[in-house]
Amino acid sequence: MKITMTVNGVQHSDEVEPRTLLAYHLRDALGLTGTNIGCDTSSCGACTIHVDGESVKSCTMLAVQADGSTVTTIEGLANGDTLHPMQRCFQENHGLQCGYCTPGMVMAAVSLLEENPDPTEREVRLGLEGNLCRCTGYHNIVQSVLACAAENNGGAA
Amino acid sequence: MIPAAFDYVRAESADEAIALLTEHGDEAKLLAGGHSLLPLMKLRLASPTVLIDVGRLEDLRFIRDAGDHIAIGALTRHRDLETSDLLGEAAPLLQHAAGHVGDPQVRHRGTIGGSLAHADPASDLPAVVLALGGTLVANGPNGEREIAIGDFYTGFLESALEPDELLTEIRIPKLTTLGWSFQKFNRRAQDWAIVGVAAVRAEEGSGVGLVNMGSTPLYAAGVVEALNSGADAASAADRAVEGTEAQHDNNATVEYREHLARVLVRRALEESGLA
Repeated sequence: MKITMTVNGVQHSDEVEPRTLLAYHLRDALGLTGTNIGCDTSSCGACTIHVDGESVKSCTMLAVQADGSTVTTIEGLANGDTLHPMQRCFQENHGLQCGYCTPGMVMAAVSLLEENPDPTEREVRLGLEGNLCRCTGYHNIVQSVLACAAENNGGAA
Repeated sequence: MIPAAFDYVRAESADEAIALLTEHGDEAKLLAGGHSLLPLMKLRLASPTVLIDVGRLEDLRFIRDAGDHIAIGALTRHRDLETSDLLGEAAPLLQHAAGHVGDPQVRHRGTIGGSLAHADPASDLPAVVLALGGTLVANGPNGEREIAIGDFYTGFLESALEPDELLTEIRIPKLTTLGWSFQKFNRRAQDWAIVGVAAVRAEEGSGVGLVNMGSTPLYAAGVVEALNSGADAASAADRAVEGTEAQHDNNATVEYREHLARVLVRRALEESGLA
């Protein structure tokens, strides 16, 4: 089936098998390997991307379901060499160790702040409940998101 | 994990979805948000040969005040429920519970109709709609019919929907709510409930639904009967396992589930304001 979607600002038209999962389409057909596949069972959140502005787990969505949609992956966040504020806050707050969960964590965090620009620490933890990290113990991830929110709201990071 | 091959058809209207169901019969499955069906297909526990995508039927995505009830389109997503002021006013139990389904990513895609029609005893929303005494509207080649939620669940992952019927609307009666509670016991934040309880106390009466206490979502009839006879929370909760058939699995033994059901029903009744 022929599908068309805008990924990170670029329109792509591709022939896909209906059973192709969006995560595999992004990685294998479009070469966007920043979207990691962890558990492949919609638990870990490593494959989190944005579809029409909302976070989704791309291992649990068919590519054909995203036909006509606007998709953003981790590769689409930075502006050239300038990191997205959330990426920078993860870097500055040591919000990652091995980095495997990070693309999904950052995409989930950006979506979270769009829905709730000024979350409490508890709201950040609940908002990231769909993303698992096996290294950091979450503390610095939560700090990163809170720092980014504070920065967006004009406060000190 | 890749699902087995299937043909994919996108329905542009409810009528087209019903025509496609009529044409393909048992071989076809409806795809809404896909967050129950796709995991089963990836594990090859389900291998439909035709997927009929109803996910874009935006006219079935609504939450409306319909006088004596709230009408919810089957394609309404969990996130829509969770953020609905109307629902918060008229059915706060449903609004709250929708915010505890899966995780934010799941709630952006998953739909109330998909969750109810999938008929998983471990799902949150069936127990909530059982507690609230909702009515489901199904559309098929012979028109529309209403199914009381109490008649909807017929077996494990089985419902009263005919193979050529589409669930289109969920009707939640507007109750004068005195108190409500949703108790979900799990090990990890995003997991299915090991046991869950949805309870509502209203001027019109009480309702209690149980998650994961048998092969279908269950209504706790014994608890409600006790409440109607004026029992306090603890003695009503003693009847939590009447009519249940809890299963043993990796998470819990039957005895542990039954213990949880009694404790969670008591907590739910206390939280909903019963002494």
